[in-house]
Amino acid sequence: MNSMSDSNRSNTTAAIAASLKKRYARERRFQWYGRLAVLTGFIFLFILLTDIVIKGSPAFTQHFIKLDIDFNTEVLGISQNATAEEISGADFSAVVKDSLRTMFPDVSGRKEKKALYRLISIRAEYTLRDMVLENPALLGTNAEVWLLAHSEAGSYLKGQVDASAPESDRKVKDIQVVWLDTLAKEGRTESRFNSTFFLSGDSREPELAGIKAALYGSLFTLLVTFCLAFPIGVLSAIYLEEFAPRNRLTDLIEININNLAAVPSIVFGLLGLAVFINFFELPRSAPLVGGVVLALMTLPTIIITSRAAIQAVPPSIQEAAMGVGASKLQTVFHHVLPVAMPGVLTGSIIGMAQALGETAPLLMIGMVAFIMDVPGGVTDPSTVLPVQIYLWADSPERGFTEKTSAAIMVLMAFLILMNGLAVYLRKRFELK
Amino acid sequence: MKNHIAGVVALAGALGIVGSVQGANRDIVSIVGSSTVYPFATVVAERFGRSTDFKSPKIESTGTGGGLKLFCSGVGAGTPDITNASRRIKQSEYDDCQENGVTDIVEVLVGYDGIAIANSTSAPALTLSLTDVYLALAKDIPGPDGKLIPNPNQTWKDVNPSLPATRIEVLGPPPTSGTRDAFAELAMAGGAEGLPDLKALSELGAEQVDEIKAMMDKLGLNAGLYDTLVAKKGKAPKGKDIFVTVAYAMREDGAYIEAGENDNLIVQKLEANPDAVGVFGYSFLEENGDKVQGAIVDGVAPDFETIASGEYPVSRPLYFYMKGAHVGKIPGIQEYAIEFTSNKAMGEDGYLTDRGLIPLSGDELVEIQTNVKNLNFLEL
Repeated sequence: MNSMSDSNRSNTTAAIAASLKKRYARERRFQWYGRLAVLTGFIFLFILLTDIVIKGSPAFTQHFIKLDIDFNTEVLGISQNATAEEISGADFSAVVKDSLRTMFPDVSGRKEKKALYRLISIRAEYTLRDMVLENPALLGTNAEVWLLAHSEAGSYLKGQVDASAPESDRKVKDIQVVWLDTLAKEGRTESRFNSTFFLSGDSREPELAGIKAALYGSLFTLLVTFCLAFPIGVLSAIYLEEFAPRNRLTDLIEININNLAAVPSIVFGLLGLAVFINFFELPRSAPLVGGVVLALMTLPTIIITSRAAIQAVPPSIQEAAMGVGASKLQTVFHHVLPVAMPGVLTGSIIGMAQALGETAPLLMIGMVAFIMDVPGGVTDPSTVLPVQIYLWADSPERGFTEKTSAAIMVLMAFLILMNGLAVYLRKRFELK
Repeated sequence: MKNHIAGVVALAGALGIVGSVQGANRDIVSIVGSSTVYPFATVVAERFGRSTDFKSPKIESTGTGGGLKLFCSGVGAGTPDITNASRRIKQSEYDDCQENGVTDIVEVLVGYDGIAIANSTSAPALTLSLTDVYLALAKDIPGPDGKLIPNPNQTWKDVNPSLPATRIEVLGPPPTSGTRDAFAELAMAGGAEGLPDLKALSELGAEQVDEIKAMMDKLGLNAGLYDTLVAKKGKAPKGKDIFVTVAYAMREDGAYIEAGENDNLIVQKLEANPDAVGVFGYSFLEENGDKVQGAIVDGVAPDFETIASGEYPVSRPLYFYMKGAHVGKIPGIQEYAIEFTSNKAMGEDGYLTDRGLIPLSGDELVEIQTNVKNLNFLEL
């Protein structure tokens, strides 16, 4: 009897010992699969990021060219003591052209002249105009002025153009290469930090295009989205989870919310067009309408995650609060919500991040548009960051390639900032 | 504490909405319309914004039809002030505008857009008629018995014995492109009209149902097509509608290659392959005159003058339409139009010409400038 059970036991032990090795191996294999999966994901992310950073980083510098500008009143077509209005209307591009022609006197023919003028950005004339407006005494004098280079000339100066390639394969022509090399040798070119990219709105000239308008547009849109989606979403979640009776109606509502979370975003854009623009006559292209549409889109996400967070609060906390005589409302707001807050915030931030990257619904309400001016409020026309990226990616001018990548970098920085905020808030609430 | 914060946030949101509804008046010019005019309009908008105290207009690229629909939807700050168009406004659209109270429309012709059919300079230049183009590229063409058959032409010689015996290989824009629309409308349909049966079909009115059906039968078209069009349009189609579905269909057997929106790429491919033919905007032909040459179409070579005069058959005018009722209400509309039509923009050496716009002749330009200045309204 005893020996029987002993042999039984040893049999079992042997069987376990035999299978143990296999099971350990299986676990090790699984761990390796896991590591491989993480690694693959990481490699893809790494390739994507490197590509974007390599393509985008040249966008953060731009080249300037120093010209000797002669503020000749005759060329400008105004008198020595011209009024501000006359100065504003004067043709400052003429003095830039004059200066270029003096520097390269043997340039002739319409085509060559055009190529020469293309070295300098069109912003030059506005820079000079502003200089003279500020200091009218400049009229009739000479001055050395650093002017922004045209994006094509800039790309050559940045070393992005291979001058040994056949001339027909590049935008910068041989003759321009000669001029630019001369300018560089004379110390007339300089690379500076591209502040334009952060301080101005969209432009059709790559060297003048900036992200500020889109950044502000995104900020205003998200502000509206947050102000609507967060309170409405969290309150709905609390009501549905803690107060609503369980019946067919609430079941129906729940199913609908889950369904809405899966509705393609363009549908919300159509809704926004029909309801907010056509019926309520809110302005087209405004962050207000964009924000409302995106709020509708993120609401289901926020409700669902908030409900899950509230559900996860241990019932003992509620029971304890009720036990010492707290009302239902006090229980929820003083005890349940603070504990659920980290989860609620995570859900909201995920929803907001989704809204930040959305373009499809904005197409319908006119936010996919060329808008130069930086919006000053939620009713000013504006675009958002992903739309700006799309518009630049679609532009024929070569100089926009680097701007596109740079804009993606800004968008990602924005996202990291938002997620950082989420982590910070979560930590703060968890301490309680 | 927390519920107070939530309350304040909600209140702020609500206040924002109320505040905005009161400020519904715009101080920014709103422009919609054609994607072909978009690159020109945005350049003007930018210069306008930089050189004046007005805010620079916002421009949406909605396509010509979509733009006119928005434009004609009524008068008021919620509707666009200007719409760009790569064709003239249609009578039906004009009537729609009138019905909705958009009665004062200023039509502005801004220039021309030519479409070149080109090949590499290392091959002999092509001399084509529009009918050759249609017979080479259409999905179905009339066979020996007059019924439509899948395009059997393999070489240009099959199309027209006077053409070289090289394989038909045409690189052109995809259906999403405005150039493709214009090419279909001008070259393909223009060529199809060179064939008697198809021309007869295109001239039949909606009321000539029996004639249309008889002609469809003669062409071997499926009768179901008629019903499909009835369902799509919600009314009886004209012969032209059926003609269009036949004429606009490009072959899909590899003879017509969609090369993407990048015209530069097409030029490069033509250079590499002397037998290939490309379809792209005229500005690219001009810029790459050392590498590609334009085909002579219906006896006219594409150049600045022939496109501007309308002699070259594959060219179309570009327009924008301005809402007279908004002038003076929304600041900057007329000033923007004046900037657009100024000599330094639209003139022969203007900055739009640098971007590939084919300018108007001097007299035309002066007339347009007067129209804009005096707000002469369009009568159709």
